[in-house]
Amino acid sequence: MSLTTDDVKRIARLARIETSDAEAQATQTQLNSIFDLIATMQAVDTSGVSPMAHAQEVYQRLRPDVATETDRRAAFQAIAPAVENGLYLVPKVID
Amino acid sequence: MSATSLTALAAQLKAKQVSSRELAQQYLDRIAALNPSINAFITLDTEKTLLEAAAADALIAAGQAGPLIGVPIAHKDIFCTDGWLTTCGSKMLHNFVAPYDAHVIQQFKAAGMPSLGKTNMDEFAMGSSNETSYFGAVKNPWNTAYVPGGSSGGAAACVAARMAPAATGTDTGGSIRQPAALCGITGLKPTYGLVSRYGMIAFASSLDQAGPMAPSAEDCALLLNVMTGFDPKDSTCLERDKEDYTRDLDKPLSGLRVGLPKEFFAEGLNNEVAAAVEAAVSELKKLGATTVEISLANSKLAIPVYYVLAPAEASSNLSRFDGVRYGYRAPEYGNLDDMYCKTRAQGFGAEVKRRILIGAYVLSHGYYDAYYLQAQKIRRLIAEDFNAAFKTCDVILGPTAPGTAFKLGEKSDDPVEMYLNDLYTIPANLAGLPGMSLPCGFDGKGLPIGLQLVGDYFSEAKMLNVAHQYQRVTDWHTRQPEGLK
Amino acid sequence: MKWETVIGLEVHTQLATRSKIFSGSSTAFGAAPNTQASAVDIALPGVLPVLNKSAVECAIKFGLAIGATLNRINVFDRKNYFYPDLPKGYQISQLAKPIVEGGALTIQVGDSERTINLTRAHMEEDAGKSLHEDFHGMSGIDLNRAGTPLLEIVSEPEMRSSAEAVAYARALHTLVTWIGICDGNMQEGSFRVDANVSVRPVGQAEFGTRREIKNLNSFKFLQQAIDYEVRWQIETLEDGGRIEQATVLFDPDSGETRMMRSKEDAHDYRYFPDPDLLPVKLDEDWIEQVRATLPELPAAMQARFQSEYGVSPYDAAVLTGSRALADYFEAAAKACGQGKLAANWVMGELSAALNKADLGIEQSPVSAAHLGALIARIHDGTLSGKLAKQVFEGLWEGAGEVDAIIEARGLKQMSDSGELEKIIDEVMAANAKSVEEFRSGKEKAFNALVGQVMKASKGKANPAQVNESLRKKLTG
Repeated sequence: MSLTTDDVKRIARLARIETSDAEAQATQTQLNSIFDLIATMQAVDTSGVSPMAHAQEVYQRLRPDVATETDRRAAFQAIAPAVENGLYLVPKVID
Repeated sequence: MSATSLTALAAQLKAKQVSSRELAQQYLDRIAALNPSINAFITLDTEKTLLEAAAADALIAAGQAGPLIGVPIAHKDIFCTDGWLTTCGSKMLHNFVAPYDAHVIQQFKAAGMPSLGKTNMDEFAMGSSNETSYFGAVKNPWNTAYVPGGSSGGAAACVAARMAPAATGTDTGGSIRQPAALCGITGLKPTYGLVSRYGMIAFASSLDQAGPMAPSAEDCALLLNVMTGFDPKDSTCLERDKEDYTRDLDKPLSGLRVGLPKEFFAEGLNNEVAAAVEAAVSELKKLGATTVEISLANSKLAIPVYYVLAPAEASSNLSRFDGVRYGYRAPEYGNLDDMYCKTRAQGFGAEVKRRILIGAYVLSHGYYDAYYLQAQKIRRLIAEDFNAAFKTCDVILGPTAPGTAFKLGEKSDDPVEMYLNDLYTIPANLAGLPGMSLPCGFDGKGLPIGLQLVGDYFSEAKMLNVAHQYQRVTDWHTRQPEGLK
Repeated sequence: MKWETVIGLEVHTQLATRSKIFSGSSTAFGAAPNTQASAVDIALPGVLPVLNKSAVECAIKFGLAIGATLNRINVFDRKNYFYPDLPKGYQISQLAKPIVEGGALTIQVGDSERTINLTRAHMEEDAGKSLHEDFHGMSGIDLNRAGTPLLEIVSEPEMRSSAEAVAYARALHTLVTWIGICDGNMQEGSFRVDANVSVRPVGQAEFGTRREIKNLNSFKFLQQAIDYEVRWQIETLEDGGRIEQATVLFDPDSGETRMMRSKEDAHDYRYFPDPDLLPVKLDEDWIEQVRATLPELPAAMQARFQSEYGVSPYDAAVLTGSRALADYFEAAAKACGQGKLAANWVMGELSAALNKADLGIEQSPVSAAHLGALIARIHDGTLSGKLAKQVFEGLWEGAGEVDAIIEARGLKQMSDSGELEKIIDEVMAANAKSVEEFRSGKEKAFNALVGQVMKASKGKANPAQVNESLRKKLTG
C-alpha cells in the first residue's frame, strides 16, 4: 500500500500539524519508505494470538478515594503562554 | 580525575578526602572545558549543583551517609526536575521550567546525589544519533565527527568524556544501550515496571524505561539500587521488594549458560563488531560459561512492530503539547485550530512530526486492526520467543548495534537506515525484558564496540554479575577517549 | 404518512467521589478556576494516571442495580481529539471493554410500565470548561472539572416518544441518586443527557438517520428538544428532504436545535488501549462486598410497598421517586400503621405544602413521625380530615407534638354523644323550616342541617356521627 499526499494531509490535520503541499509531498515519500518496512509484518499469520499491550500480566492498582492535592495554580500558571484571572487563554472556542 | 568509579568516589567522600562540593566543582570545570566541543548538556546551573553538593556535605558531616551520598550525576533532559529547564530536546519545551520532580529525580535527591545538569538528547527521545535535538547534535567524544548514538546521546557522551561519573538515561527501543555502545560505556535498561516513569516525559508508554549509564557494571548496579523502587504514582510500576543489585556481582560464572541468538549474528552485522562480540564470548567461556545457540525467529519483525506501536503511543502522548498550558506557542496565529497547527508545526522537529504522523495513521479509522492490533500480536510472538529461549539459557548475548558510531549527517536523511540501528535492542523493549550494553572492543577507526546482554524478567542482578565478571578480566570499560583525558 | 420516533439516550453522570478519577484533586464544585487542577489534571509532561477505587465501585453498584453484566476484566482506552478543555489531547474512556454491559430499567409512562434495555455503561474522565466571556477575543479555560469521574450510561434505542425518554431519564436519575453514586444536581452538570433521535415510517424495520442532541441539562429541555427535533425531522422528510447524521445543540431560548457538526466533520478518535493504565480486574469478593452496600432498590421497594402497605402501583412508583421520599413514606406508614392513608397524606397535603414552599422532602418541617402520629389520630377518630389539616398546619409551623397541638388549639373531634345530641336539638329548633322541608321529602335540606350542626360544633363534630344522629332524630 502507498500513502497519497491527501492521506498525509488528512493525518497531519488529525494531528494538528500545519503542513504545506510541498511538505506533504516530501513527507509522503519518507512515510512510504517507512510503511514499506512496516508492511513486512503484515503478512505474518497471527490468528489465535492475543495482542500484547503490556509487558507484564498485571492488573490495575487502585488508589484510595482521598483528595490529596493542594492548589498549585500560581506555580503552574507561571509557565503558561497566556493566563488571565486564573484561566488559561486560548483563541475563541466556538461550539 | 584520578578515581572515577562510583565506589571509589563514594569512599573518598566518606573518608573526607574530598567534599561533594569540591567533587562537583571538578566535574563542572571539566564540563566547562569539554562540553563546548561535545554539546552533551542542554542546561547547566552551577549554583544549583553546588547548593545540592553543599547539602550533601552537610548530610555527610551529620553522619547520614547513604552508599552514593555526595556523588554527582547528570540527568537526561527527559526527567522533569523542579526548578530546572526540562526541554526533552525540543523547541516545544525550550522554555519549560518543570514545577515538579520526576520520581527518578526524587530518588537521586533522596540518595544525596547532586545534579550536574541536564543532558542533551534526541527530541522527545526519538532518534538513534542525537541529531534530532533542537539544541544541536551531540558529538562522540571518541571522534567528534561521529554521532554518540541516541537518544540518550548526551548522557553517554558526558560519561565517556568523564564530564560526569554517571548519568541517567531512558530506553524505548535502545536509547540507553545503543549510545552506551557507541560511546564505550556501560548502560542498563531494567525490566519494564522496575523504575517509575512518573515525571519522565513519555515517548511510548508501554516501552519506556529509565536506567543507569556509567563506565562499569558495578556502577550501574549501585545506581540501579537508587533508581528502582515502587511508586504509587505510576500504575505500571511494579510492587516488589527492594533488591540489592550488587549482591551477585562477585559470583563466579561457572555453569552460566549464555544464549547466542543466531538471528543476531546474521547478515547486516559489521565484521569488526561480530569479531569483538565473539572474542567476548571466548572470555566468558574462560570464566566458566557455556554457550547455547538459540533462535529469536520473530525478532526480525521487531523493527516494523516497533515503528507501529511506538509512534502510535507517541502520537497520543505528544498531543498535550498544544501551546495552551506550557511550552511553546506560535507567535502568530488566527483561530484556535490555527494556533494548534502552527504551534505544533513549529514546535516539533521533522523526526517527531514524522512519528506523530505514522502513529496517527496506524490508529486512524479502518487501519487499526491491520497495523496496531497486528503489531501487538507479533509483539507477543516476540516475547514468547524470549520465554522459550530462557528455558535453555540464563542470559542472551549479542551485539548491541549492527555497527559502530557513524558520521554526523551520514544517516540523517534516511529514516529507515537510521531505524535499522536499533535492530538488536528493540526486541527487549517489546518483551519488557532487561538489557544492557557494555564495551567489548574498538573498531579500526578507534570507535567503541558494545555487546548486549538480555536477561529474563527481573534478572538484572544476574546480568550485572556476568558484566562485572567480564569487566574484571577486561579493561575496555576503563578506556577513555584520547585527547580528552 | 404516520411516523414513529426512535430515541436512545446517552447519560453522563458525575460520580460522587471525593477525588478525581485519575488524580488526588478534589471534585468539589464551585472552586476558583484551576485551583483544583493538579499536575495530572493539567497534563504536565511526564505525569501519569492512577485509578480511583471509589469510581470503580460506583460503576459496580450501577451494574448490580440494573442487573447488568459486570466485565470482570475491563480496559481503559484513549479517545484522541484536540480541544482546549481536554488537556492531554485525549480523553481516557472505555470503548471495547466497558465495565458494564446490558441491564435494564423499568419506566412508568402514565399507567403503563415499560422496560428499557441498556447497552452499556463505562467509566471516563470529564473535560474542563471553556468560558466564552470575552477575554480580548479569547476564551478562558478552567480545568477544575477535568478528570472528574463520569459513568456514561447508554440505552438501547427503545424509546418511542419524548415522554418515554423523560420517564427513562427520570428513572435513571432516581436510580443513580438512590444508590448514592451521583448527586443528581443537573444545574451543576452532574447528570447530562445526550439524545439520539430519528424517525421512520410506521412499519419500517430499519432505523432512520439519527441526529444527536448534546448536553441537555433538564428534563424539560430534554422533552422540548426531542419534540422540536422530531417535528423538524418529519417536516424535513415530508418536504422531500433528507436527514444527515449530525450533532446538534438545543437552544432553550428559541426552543430549537441547531447544527454543531455534520458527519463529515466527525472526529476520527483513534481509540487505542491506554498504555499508562492496566486492565481493571473485578474479583468476586470485591463485587460481593459492594453488593452488600447497596440499599433496597426502587423496583423492589415498589413491589413491597404494594404488598406491605396496600398502595396502588401508581402510588408506589410516585413514592419511590427518590430514596428520601420512600424512606419518609415508610417511616410515616410504620408510625401510624395506615399505609394507604399515609400515601395519601405524603402525596397530597405534604407534597403540596413542600411544593408551595419550594422544599425537598429532606427539608420537610413536618417529620415522618409527626405525620404518622397525625394520621393515627385521624384513624382513631380523634380528628376529622378538616381538623387534621389544621393540626398539619400546626406541625408545619413547629408548634409541637400532634396531641399537644390538638389540645392547645382545641381541635379534638367531639366524642361526647350527649354534647352532640344537644347541638342537634338546638339546630333543629332553630331551623324548623329545613326540618319541615326534609320531612316533606326534600333530601337537600338534610345537607343544610348537617352543615349547621358542623358549624355549631366549630367543626369538631364527627361528620359520620352527625349524619347518623341527625337522620335518626329527623326520622324518629
